[in-house]
Amino acid sequence: MIRYAYLIPFLPLSSFFVNIAVGKRLPRKGDWLSLATIAACLLMSIGIFYEVFRAYDPNFRYHVVVPWLSVGNRFVIDAGILIDNVTAVMLLVVTIVSTLVHLFSIGYMHGDPRYNRFFAYLSIFSFSMLGLVLSESLFFIYIFWELVGLSSYLLIGFWFEKKSAADAGKKAFIVNRVGDFGFLIGILIIFSTCGVLGYDQVFQAIGQGKLSGTLLTLAGIGVFCGAIGKSAQFPLHVWLPDAMEGPTPVSALIHAATMVAAGVYLVGRVYPIFTPDALLFIAYVGLITLFIAATIAVTQNDIKRVLAYSTVSQLGYMVMGLGVGGYTAGLAHLATHAAFKACLFLGSGSVIHAVHSQDIREMGALRRKMPITFVTFLIATLAISGVPFFSGFYSKDMILAAALEFGMKHPQHMIFFLGGLFTAGLTAFYMFRLVILTFFGKPVDHHKFDHAHESPPSMWVPLVVLAALCFSFWYSGWFGTLIRKPASAANPAAVSSPAPAVPAERGLAPMEHAAVPAPSPSREPAPAEPGHGQAPSHGTSVAGEASHAAGPSAHGESLAEAGHEAHLAHQAHAYAMYSSVTVGALGILLAFVVYFFGWIDPARVANAVKPLYEFLLNKWYFDELYEATVIEGSKAFSRFLAWFDLNVVDGLVNLAARLGVFLSFLVGKFDNYVVDGAVNGVATVTISSGSVLRRLQTGKLYHYVFVLAGGALIIFIIRAF
Amino acid sequence: MTGVPLLDQHLLSVLIGLPLVGAAALLFLPREGHRTIRNVTFLFTLAEFLLSLLVVARFESGTAAMQLVESVPWIPRYGIGYIVGVDGISLWLLMLTTFIMPITILSAYSSVQKHVKEFMVFMLILATAMVGVFVATDLFLFYVFWEMVLIPMYFLIGVWGGERRIYAAIKFFLYTFVGSVLMLVAILALYFHHYAVTGTYTTDLVKLYSLTIPVKMQFWLFAAFFLAFAFKVPMFPFHTWLPDAHTEAPTAGSVILAAVLLKMGTYGFLRFAMALFPVAASDFTPLIVTLAVIGILYGALVAMVQKDVKRLVAYSSVAHLGFVMLGLFALNLQGIEGGILQMINHGVSTGALFLVVGIIYERRHTRLISEFGGLSRVLPVFAFCFMVITLSSIGLPGTNGFVGEFLIMLGAFRTHMWHTAVAATGVIFAAVYMLWMFQRVMYGKVTQEENLRLEDMNGREVAYMLPLLLLVFWIGVYPQPFLRRMDASVAAFVTRFEAQKQAALRGSPAGETMLVRYFDSGK
Repeated sequence: MIRYAYLIPFLPLSSFFVNIAVGKRLPRKGDWLSLATIAACLLMSIGIFYEVFRAYDPNFRYHVVVPWLSVGNRFVIDAGILIDNVTAVMLLVVTIVSTLVHLFSIGYMHGDPRYNRFFAYLSIFSFSMLGLVLSESLFFIYIFWELVGLSSYLLIGFWFEKKSAADAGKKAFIVNRVGDFGFLIGILIIFSTCGVLGYDQVFQAIGQGKLSGTLLTLAGIGVFCGAIGKSAQFPLHVWLPDAMEGPTPVSALIHAATMVAAGVYLVGRVYPIFTPDALLFIAYVGLITLFIAATIAVTQNDIKRVLAYSTVSQLGYMVMGLGVGGYTAGLAHLATHAAFKACLFLGSGSVIHAVHSQDIREMGALRRKMPITFVTFLIATLAISGVPFFSGFYSKDMILAAALEFGMKHPQHMIFFLGGLFTAGLTAFYMFRLVILTFFGKPVDHHKFDHAHESPPSMWVPLVVLAALCFSFWYSGWFGTLIRKPASAANPAAVSSPAPAVPAERGLAPMEHAAVPAPSPSREPAPAEPGHGQAPSHGTSVAGEASHAAGPSAHGESLAEAGHEAHLAHQAHAYAMYSSVTVGALGILLAFVVYFFGWIDPARVANAVKPLYEFLLNKWYFDELYEATVIEGSKAFSRFLAWFDLNVVDGLVNLAARLGVFLSFLVGKFDNYVVDGAVNGVATVTISSGSVLRRLQTGKLYHYVFVLAGGALIIFIIRAF
Repeated sequence: MTGVPLLDQHLLSVLIGLPLVGAAALLFLPREGHRTIRNVTFLFTLAEFLLSLLVVARFESGTAAMQLVESVPWIPRYGIGYIVGVDGISLWLLMLTTFIMPITILSAYSSVQKHVKEFMVFMLILATAMVGVFVATDLFLFYVFWEMVLIPMYFLIGVWGGERRIYAAIKFFLYTFVGSVLMLVAILALYFHHYAVTGTYTTDLVKLYSLTIPVKMQFWLFAAFFLAFAFKVPMFPFHTWLPDAHTEAPTAGSVILAAVLLKMGTYGFLRFAMALFPVAASDFTPLIVTLAVIGILYGALVAMVQKDVKRLVAYSSVAHLGFVMLGLFALNLQGIEGGILQMINHGVSTGALFLVVGIIYERRHTRLISEFGGLSRVLPVFAFCFMVITLSSIGLPGTNGFVGEFLIMLGAFRTHMWHTAVAATGVIFAAVYMLWMFQRVMYGKVTQEENLRLEDMNGREVAYMLPLLLLVFWIGVYPQPFLRRMDASVAAFVTRFEAQKQAALRGSPAGETMLVRYFDSGK
């Protein structure tokens, strides 16, 4: 099966072409075609996952390339695919959610005038997302990165007659471009120093020391900027809530489960290039994001906006998890989040479909009308709130454990754990606020309530499947074993150990590579921890970091310390688990106290802290801030430049032209008056002097005598003195 | 080989001459028969394009030498020859010219209604001149074609243009002409220098390439060429003729102007200014790269606030051509190949953008963005084409614009890290102004009554748009066929550039001419 993996992206691509061209004329407007191709991708992904799982090898790799573009002989960009454990899991996540969303859309989008185009767009999204997952170089991941951005743009603005939808699409694209600018710079730094763009080649080049120090940190941060944009991290998180203007299945697929997680996937993919400084930067971005988004989510009343902010917050968790060294934790949260958040969004879609409103203040008591939606929504909420036995507990717990472990080693960075813990409580609170206001209590708007009904099977079947995936037993155990933190590429240990270069097989004949660079001693799994399967990864991460910090000289020492570190990890994990369960329970309790029992009136609380409430309700005023500074600023500057161009630059040109004309005019005058004037002048002087002199000849005798006498007198006077 | 001697031995001459033959043929047609005139012109340009495919077929990508060369003495007494040939640098520009001609003629079927015969004659003369510019490898011949482009374009703008057509035409003419005169002086200086050094008069470019020119002389000659080409590209701050010319020109004129005429400037840099005067080119590089980066940002920002779609596209051209210049002056393989590819891409994308604008202009007789809105619903086919072209213009991966820009940045980042980093923000602004414009024209509700009754693109319009869209995706997905044919020539260019530069820096041995004494007296 894995040999045909390269076909996966092309299946949805073909259905895109068919649907965009003739979809309207196909029976059922071609929705079955999109669904069939993505279902085929799902089957293939299951097959691939089965093969990967059967191998059960943390270092499993399948890597094929064909040359795609070359400039001269030395500069070659390959096209190819890389499948390792992370890819296999991600493929599964993407195809499962995508297939279910296709299915859900059949009911949800029924009767839309551009029904066929919607499915065409879903197909091109699936194509780009699967391409992104399978890519094996920074170049191709960047290509698909932008293409998922395009499909996001098209789908957010799907109802483009609405100005808000068109605006949101444009905003998403442009904000993402800002992030991609950083990504591009990162790629350029890497290429200009290493001269290659394939992941393996880059890691190898960095291992050889071609790129190191501050520049490597900068390159890492640059690449991470792409993730900031796509995964809606602070300060570029502003586009994601607006993106809810798109149809709800799109929000579930693209803006919750898969595309926004691509940033996290990217960080995981190029993890070895990040220096400790870059990782710290990443962790702080994640922390800020998860906190800000959760505080905003508490105050929102639009069901989709609450979920959107919770998505931003959860993505912050993943990013922070990766940043503090919890590689497995971050990626595990990606997988679990995809399932529960897709379930939540599709559930919200089912609700919106039923009551034709997105405002939770107009809902209430819907559990009686929509039992399936309610139960699945509740399960997913339990998962996101971190209740034991649900998937979110498993993965969020790992992230908090990694943060605590990081904090125990670097006490000045304890804030990662504290912030994450506090926000976990906040998450439980706002999610249960949502559930209670929507499904419990008494119906607020009776008209809407009476019309509410359970959705058709094509919509609730996906909900049930996704809810089933919200339990932790699907993930625990194998996940921590198969997905291990890779060693840092710049790790001195990795350089000193004879890392076998693994040249990818050229041509179409594929080959499986079991070998992976740098099997340093620190990669030995630490003693297994009972209860949770992710323990080995913690041991690995701790030991890996220790050896990194200690350097090659202290290599032996680090081995000795590995036991101690594993103990630390164990301890951290236990603490994290207890505290997160406690905090989650408190959050849920508070939500019930406020919204179910009504012991505390939320309006009064809001009134008591009005400035804070307003601040949060207005999303920390980020949009206003950007509007006032970046947007208005650049518009004003552009207007100035346009004025400058018209009046100064072009003004100079016109001035030069005028000067030219004026000069010609002067030359003309000169020619007329001076040159020609001289000629005429001679004649004029002769004539006029003649006419003056003529007057002397009067012909009268006494005139002559008078002149004669006068002359004689003058001569006499001159002579006399 | 076709077996036809004319085509086998004189292919490039046939390409130069065919449009002229067509123009002559038009003269014998009655001026009222618009349909016949259009069809005949279209057939001639189509034949021209099909014949030019033979050039690609015969082109050997392994060699850097001029190919399909024809060399005949023209004015032997002065060493002037009729020498034409193509190499990897000019091949795709030649192809772009022949490719775009039938498309513009098709677009002019409906847009040009007065003086149809004269219009078509001028278009055909223009075709000859443009082909000549790209295949001439004799300086004098090049100059003749270069000037020959000016005249028909002047009339195209001045006669068939918009309201301020006379102003725009004169501005275009004067700007280009000033540059040309400076270039002529430089050509003469070079010509006499060659005589002084070798004792023979020649304007053969290949012979002139081997000349080592003293450093200071290079400076002045490069400066003259620089102005001529910078006016044409146009580089900031010499760009203001472009928005006027683009806006006032008829659709066909704008397309030709954007697709081909601007490329004459960038091509000139590569073929003449940089190749002949490597030392000066290196010295000028910081200035030119800075101007290019300013052009990228400035063009993008000014484009953002334009109210007229055509002016917006014109300013976007300033930004795109800035990228091309940045690539060329990266002076390495990726940068230059990216630059050449981006010339083609800009020709395709911006040419197509002007066609798109032309299509709605014909229906509504306005180009003001505010007059539109919500067209996506009324014109689905048009919306699709416009969207693809927009995405190509902002360099989305999968379209041609991405490959060119990416290669340019890869190349330029190695030599001008900070400039390139700043230039890369242009990618953001491109998305801003294009998507904003697209949104205002295509999305939202239909606000104007008459926009509801617009007709979607007809068969002829689809026919000329389709090849452009195909090319957008072809270059975007598989650019290798295009790049491969450039490789040898560009590699040779880079090598020769470096070698000639070193030779000139070592000092020029022979030829103590008056010019050298004049220019190098300070040394």
